[in-house]
Amino acid sequence: MTKVVITGSACQRFTGGRTELEVAATTFRRLVLELEERFPGLGKQVEEGMAVAIDGEIFQDAYSAKFSPDSEVVLIPKIGGG
Amino acid sequence: MAKHHVSAVINGEPTEFLCETQQTMLDVLRDEIGLTGSKEGCASGDCGACSIIVDGRLVCSCLMLGCEADGTTITTIEGVAQGDHLHPVQQKFLEHAALQCGFCTPGLIVASKALLDENPNPTEEEARYWLAGNLCRCTGYDKVIRAVMDAAAVMRGEKVA
Amino acid sequence: MNYVSSDLKVVGTRPIRPDGVEKVTGRAQFGADMRMAGMIWGKVLRSPHAHAKILSIDTSKAEKLPGVKAVVTAKDFPHIANEEAFVGEGPMNFRDLSRNCLAWDKALYEGHAVAAVAAATPAIADAALELIDVNYEVLPYVIDVEDAMADNAPVLHEDLFTAGVEPKPTKPSNIAKVVTFKKGDAEAGFKDADVIIEGRYTTKAVHQAYIEPHACLCWHNPDGQVMIYSSSQGHFMVRAYCSKLLGINIANIRAVPLEIGGGFGGKTLVYLEPVAIALSKKAGRPVKMQMTRDEVFRASGPTSGATMEVKLGAKKDGSIVAARQVLKYQAGAFPGSPIGPGCMCGFAMYDIPNVDVVGYDVVSNRPKVAAYRAPGAPISSWAVECALDDLARKLGKDPIEIREQNGARNGTKTHYGPTHQNIGFLETLKAAKNHPHWQAPLKPGQGRGIACGFWFNIGGESSAGCHIGEDGTVVAVSGNPDIGGSRASIGMMVAEVLGVPAEQVRTIIPDTSSIGFSFLTGGSRVTFATGMAATQAAERVVEDLKRRAAQIWEIPVEAVEWKDGKAYPAGSNAGAFEPLDLATLALRAGRTGGPIGAEVSLNAQGAGPGFGVHIADVEVDHETGAVKILRYTAIQDVGKAIHPSYVEGQIQGGAAQGIGWALNEEYIYDKNGKMDNSGFLDYRVPVASDVPMIEAVMVEVPNPRHPFGARGVGEVPIIPPMAAIGNAICAATGVRLHDLPMSPPKVRAALDEVAPKMAAE
Repeated sequence: MTKVVITGSACQRFTGGRTELEVAATTFRRLVLELEERFPGLGKQVEEGMAVAIDGEIFQDAYSAKFSPDSEVVLIPKIGGG
Repeated sequence: MAKHHVSAVINGEPTEFLCETQQTMLDVLRDEIGLTGSKEGCASGDCGACSIIVDGRLVCSCLMLGCEADGTTITTIEGVAQGDHLHPVQQKFLEHAALQCGFCTPGLIVASKALLDENPNPTEEEARYWLAGNLCRCTGYDKVIRAVMDAAAVMRGEKVA
Repeated sequence: MNYVSSDLKVVGTRPIRPDGVEKVTGRAQFGADMRMAGMIWGKVLRSPHAHAKILSIDTSKAEKLPGVKAVVTAKDFPHIANEEAFVGEGPMNFRDLSRNCLAWDKALYEGHAVAAVAAATPAIADAALELIDVNYEVLPYVIDVEDAMADNAPVLHEDLFTAGVEPKPTKPSNIAKVVTFKKGDAEAGFKDADVIIEGRYTTKAVHQAYIEPHACLCWHNPDGQVMIYSSSQGHFMVRAYCSKLLGINIANIRAVPLEIGGGFGGKTLVYLEPVAIALSKKAGRPVKMQMTRDEVFRASGPTSGATMEVKLGAKKDGSIVAARQVLKYQAGAFPGSPIGPGCMCGFAMYDIPNVDVVGYDVVSNRPKVAAYRAPGAPISSWAVECALDDLARKLGKDPIEIREQNGARNGTKTHYGPTHQNIGFLETLKAAKNHPHWQAPLKPGQGRGIACGFWFNIGGESSAGCHIGEDGTVVAVSGNPDIGGSRASIGMMVAEVLGVPAEQVRTIIPDTSSIGFSFLTGGSRVTFATGMAATQAAERVVEDLKRRAAQIWEIPVEAVEWKDGKAYPAGSNAGAFEPLDLATLALRAGRTGGPIGAEVSLNAQGAGPGFGVHIADVEVDHETGAVKILRYTAIQDVGKAIHPSYVEGQIQGGAAQGIGWALNEEYIYDKNGKMDNSGFLDYRVPVASDVPMIEAVMVEVPNPRHPFGARGVGEVPIIPPMAAIGNAICAATGVRLHDLPMSPPKVRAALDEVAPKMAAE
């Protein structure tokens, strides 16, 4: 199981304020599906609105981004640019 | 409303065109003659992207009416190079990377040419004040000024192009 | 990272850009330069009111005017439900975008488009606009962010309820959302602190102020196919947005990228193209539209104005133990200010154990905010970097040393969660400390300030390729419009991989039907992501060239190596063959399998963040309040500078925009909610005489995720200037300014306020 940290309030409203979850997923794709099962609406929010930082490296829109139980996994709002 | 018939020498070519009273010289260059090198950035004389040289004088073509061009000699950006021989200002702009998006570049080059035609040995401050009427949002002016000073040195024969 | 810096022959040099000559001779075609036979002119009617219900629009008189070919309103656009539809471009509320292009039931800002006409001449189009009758019910308006948050503020959207608060509100609000980021326990941290610094800071809305106004030429063919010629920061974005807004198949739209005269984030969306297409469909003619400068200011997105509170708590030894920031950002007429990045970037550079950040995204009756170079970050760093300076002063510490002490390094956990890896902040600070500028003596009355900036940079979807001509010269293709010289950088990376001189490669940008999808030109991503795609395409070509040489020599492909533009047998065992250069292999392309080329489409991950440190020396005229910048140095970690001149250019240009933001630029509103200074005379951007030479210092801490080590560079440099200058003014005068811009009247007033106290001392 991997600890996923959810920062920012966009996702916390689906989790009832919880900021840390344990997940079985090891890829971003699986994470999205798992979160959607447990908290309906959260999977879609994460897939479309969040980036995932795995051990400090930011992945955006990458189903194949993978992590393991000792990875640091943090969901942050997607980054745009100008 | 009848259009005006105007004759001028543009970039060395005798040119005739028709224009309405309210059309600016910038409108005429771009829409009637097809010389789109001069740009509209503001149409109020504040940005210099439309700079041309009329009878030896640097002018914002958006502040001049097309019919005022009658009998004048005009240089636009398209007339700065001689065939495929770039003017030193143009060459130095390229070497110094003094352009990024390139939109203000025609105006800046015409204005720089006018500066060096009048003052072949400007100080950095003189160059900056002369070009203060040409807005650039991309470069911060650093490489532009370096290019102009370098072109001036070439034109004075102090260094090889 | 595959390519070692010391072996590079092209990357890192400064060749002349391939599109340079056409730009210096006025031949390059920008958005408004395109013409087509039968073209007619489109113009937009805009609301004179800051906030009003649109009761009716009567276009009948306009339609009858001779020379008018079409009139459109929002009724000519398909109705879009309130959805965050994903069309391959990231979350974008298409209902809001549609209503921004043409107002639906309300005019939400002065300048909001309500109708458009297309006519045979611009003069007839203008006359037709006068004949359109719009029946408005004027409503009270609100501009300022804190006014818009007040309980009794006029509400812009009856269906907007604040997201991010529990329980879910039932009353509509102008606060679109609240975001929070927490690390540790800030309250406890402040109790533990020896020294507290607090401040309230404000910024005004500023515009990207690209010199080229928005412009396009669109043609809706009778068979439903559409040509769009426009300047934009992404022709694939233009295609996607027009497809969504008008309900046209993507494959039926061909968007041709003309040269773009500046964007800085402001051209990452559409205003005119959907309207021009709708007009063209009705008129059966190509329609050309361009904004006037006045329209650009009134109706295209500036960035947010904001109000912030910042609080820092530190021990006597300088270590920061707690930090708090409350940020309130204007979104303009529709939700979507850059509040998220604003909340994340302010403290991202520092290792602080207890942090608490709250941000508000607030709508008000002004143009919808658009991205502007590192969106959100310059605003929050303005407050944090000034407060940090005050903290240093209070503790008697050097401003660079306090940042080094508290600076993020590899392994620092940010307040928004992830741990920093492969960053170059300390290296950048060190370069600043060691730079001659930092040690140069100052005359009395002069002051020096420094400030820092952080930006994520993004990767994203990109397509690029290269094709070998029959004579061995190379055409590189890039899916991204070139704002700042990326054509040169991409060509250089391809040349490096192929082992040929830069001049042998020409880079062009094909239209949307001629190359794979590429995300926007923005987010400092093109050299990184599109460069990565181009590099991979060139590598595939090299593998193909080796295979062909192997076929010609009849040896295994493993026995061929590619070096300096030629195929060589790898070692004497392979055989004594003369090397085959690109030209020779290209001539035999057909016989060895067919044309030689590759195109790569990818979604680049691993964009490394960038850090900047700026040093500014100023002199303040106590009589006029004018601030003169005497010397300016901008130091930035760029990873690897592919073309150093264009990297310097990004740093210098971003710094100049920040200088304008610091000293003069602002949206000024009159008492009717209308913009008072919608032209370059009174919206004062820096001119050549306002700034000195800007020394750009490139620190290279390579990004291991890019084949050449590149990081995005374009956005970071706009973040530090405001606080660097504010800190310099404070050093020169003893006065701390909290409100941007620090224009002469404000500076003079601040000096006057302390003068009696100073005289009394």
